[in-house]
Amino acid sequence: MRYDKNALVLMTSAAALSLGMVGQAQADTLEDTRERGEVRCGVSDGLPGFSAPDDEGNWQGIDVDVCRAVAAAVLGDSEAVSYTSLTAQERFTALQSGEVDVLSRNTTWTTTRDTTLGLNFTGVTFYDGQGFLISKDLGISSAKELDGASVCVQSGTTTELNLADYFDANDMEFNPIVFDTSEQTVGGFESGRCDVLTSDTSQLAALRIQLDDPESAEVLPEVISKEPLGPVVRQGDDTWFNIVKWSLFAMLNAEEYGVNSENVDDMLDSENPSIARLLGEDGNYGEEMGLEADWAYNIIDQVGNYAESYDRNVGMDSPLEIERGVNRLWTDGGIHYAPPIR
Amino acid sequence: MSIRPQTQPTGPKPPFWRDRAKRALLAQCLLLAALAAIVLFIIDNTQDNLASRGITTGLGFLDDTAGFGIGQTLIDYSSDSTYGRTFIVGLLNTLLVSGLGVLAATLVGFTVGIARLSSNWLVARLASGYIEVFRNIPLLLQIFFWYFAVLQSLPSTRESMSLGEAIFLNIRGLYLPKPQFLSGFGSIPIAIVVAIAASIGLIIWNRRRHAATGKRLPAIWLSLAIIIGLPLLVLVITGIPVTWELPELGGFNFSGGITIIPELLALWLALSIYTASFIAEIVRSGIQAISHGQTEAALALSIPKKLVLRLVIIPQAMRVIVPPLTSQYLNLTKNSSLATAIGYPDLVSVFAGTTLNQTGQAIEVIAMTMAVYLTISLLISMFMNWFNARMALVER
Repeated sequence: MRYDKNALVLMTSAAALSLGMVGQAQADTLEDTRERGEVRCGVSDGLPGFSAPDDEGNWQGIDVDVCRAVAAAVLGDSEAVSYTSLTAQERFTALQSGEVDVLSRNTTWTTTRDTTLGLNFTGVTFYDGQGFLISKDLGISSAKELDGASVCVQSGTTTELNLADYFDANDMEFNPIVFDTSEQTVGGFESGRCDVLTSDTSQLAALRIQLDDPESAEVLPEVISKEPLGPVVRQGDDTWFNIVKWSLFAMLNAEEYGVNSENVDDMLDSENPSIARLLGEDGNYGEEMGLEADWAYNIIDQVGNYAESYDRNVGMDSPLEIERGVNRLWTDGGIHYAPPIR
Repeated sequence: MSIRPQTQPTGPKPPFWRDRAKRALLAQCLLLAALAAIVLFIIDNTQDNLASRGITTGLGFLDDTAGFGIGQTLIDYSSDSTYGRTFIVGLLNTLLVSGLGVLAATLVGFTVGIARLSSNWLVARLASGYIEVFRNIPLLLQIFFWYFAVLQSLPSTRESMSLGEAIFLNIRGLYLPKPQFLSGFGSIPIAIVVAIAASIGLIIWNRRRHAATGKRLPAIWLSLAIIIGLPLLVLVITGIPVTWELPELGGFNFSGGITIIPELLALWLALSIYTASFIAEIVRSGIQAISHGQTEAALALSIPKKLVLRLVIIPQAMRVIVPPLTSQYLNLTKNSSLATAIGYPDLVSVFAGTTLNQTGQAIEVIAMTMAVYLTISLLISMFMNWFNARMALVER
């Protein structure tokens, strides 16, 4: 039962924080990961496109690809990942207490989370914003007409806060119905318990295709917040922080230089110095992070570059069909901009 | 050894470790010290751990603005309120559903428990069927059943079921008219207080008269008539200074009136029905624990048959019933935390859920939540112990 598990994870995590030895704070996550032979990754409880198991039980998604990239960089094998499915409520405690080493679970980067939880965000995998999903029957075309609506929302998310802000700012009333999982939220929306479902627009696209009749619902045009989603690690282990940060940057840089999983072997002979540095043919940029020179090569070879991951999981090659929009590279008019490898 | 004749010690006093009482005292002190040391170690270690991980600690977050909405609030609450306020809102919601649950479970439980012993074949079978069904299905499933299977299949807002255009039932909940008190209504509460005082007086007088003369009036029914009749009379005399605010369909939902959200209904139904099945068994076992000789003796003393249960059996059975009944009340209160499964904004959902997640202060929030359940449980248990002591047979 989701509920029981929920409580259990929280309790054990709290106990771990109470009883765990102080020495753990200086733990070397990289070494532990090597010894264990797998990267422990916290993912969602099933959000198509971001992290959800496929028909064969393999985790797929753009968030999952971050974990696979880290595993490829650290262990040379993108499949050496153990996934822990976490609800929005459990996620930070699970990371704090060391149950997972990377949290890659469509988590919004905010000041509170970055500064008070003892955690660090390593970058942005997906630039998102909050929107509203409504039933077409309501005949509403703008979120400004939602005064008095019942709104289904998932507990423990930034969404819950933005929702209150938005209705306050527009001097409207609303009635929140708060569920634990996105599954229950959709259930509430489908049964008619609420008029509106609110979440990040990318999630709305994913949730909409899960509806019995996706055509009966539509996403309103308003985007009411900034939701930069990214991976999170524990504070105090800078090496691990760097590895996770640069694994994502390697994927973005690879897209920028036109390196992908198909042509990466040919690119090893590239004349372009940026590509040579990325693939470890010129210098060893992984060394200071405790990695091999071919760390980025492994990522691109086994996981692909950012564009491949995007298209495969959330873009036009996926059922979600979300436009790249602001998630394009800076060179294409988007806002993804990875620092250079040199 | 105490049976050995005490001899006056001669010579120097024996060292204290030869003294059994002192040794026992020492052992207990050591044990206590060890326990205290462990607790201190855990607290200290936790603080070190949290500090070294850069996690904010302390209860300061209770004064921060919460910034999220809550679906059902018994006190004023807006998203500008503090986390401290979310704690109170959640606590009150927990107390509301527990209180309602205890009331309903007791009523249903006693009725079914007595019905199970009925000589009427159908009534007895129905009662035992009820017990066997609801006692043996996990509570969470029952909550899901009431919420998803029953209440979520009610019609939509626009197609609400209505009773006289005043009471509406739909998937969003039950909408009732809300009384609006006009000036002159102040006399009604006074009338109620007077009526209650009069009934208590009547019952005491009736009891004394019964003891003295053996005659009795149906005092309970008379009291009920007074408590209902007097305020009604005053109401009519003062020209009914009450108007009703009817729920009205406007925009998305009904507005005005009183709204009972379906999450509360589902949780209340499930908790009451589930716990009532246990209470019914407790009541049955309590009654059966009283030997049949008591009934025979009462009848032999020509106590009317309809009074035997109330005057002879139930008072004795209560001694057997109350202690396990306390456990059921405690269970019901603690089980109300399953609210979070259907999104009823109870303490666990609002405070140990959203608040915990927005502040990230798991240890403080979980500790506070656990302390609340512990306190509620201890209070219920204290009250029931007091009640049990009053009910206990006074040996003369």
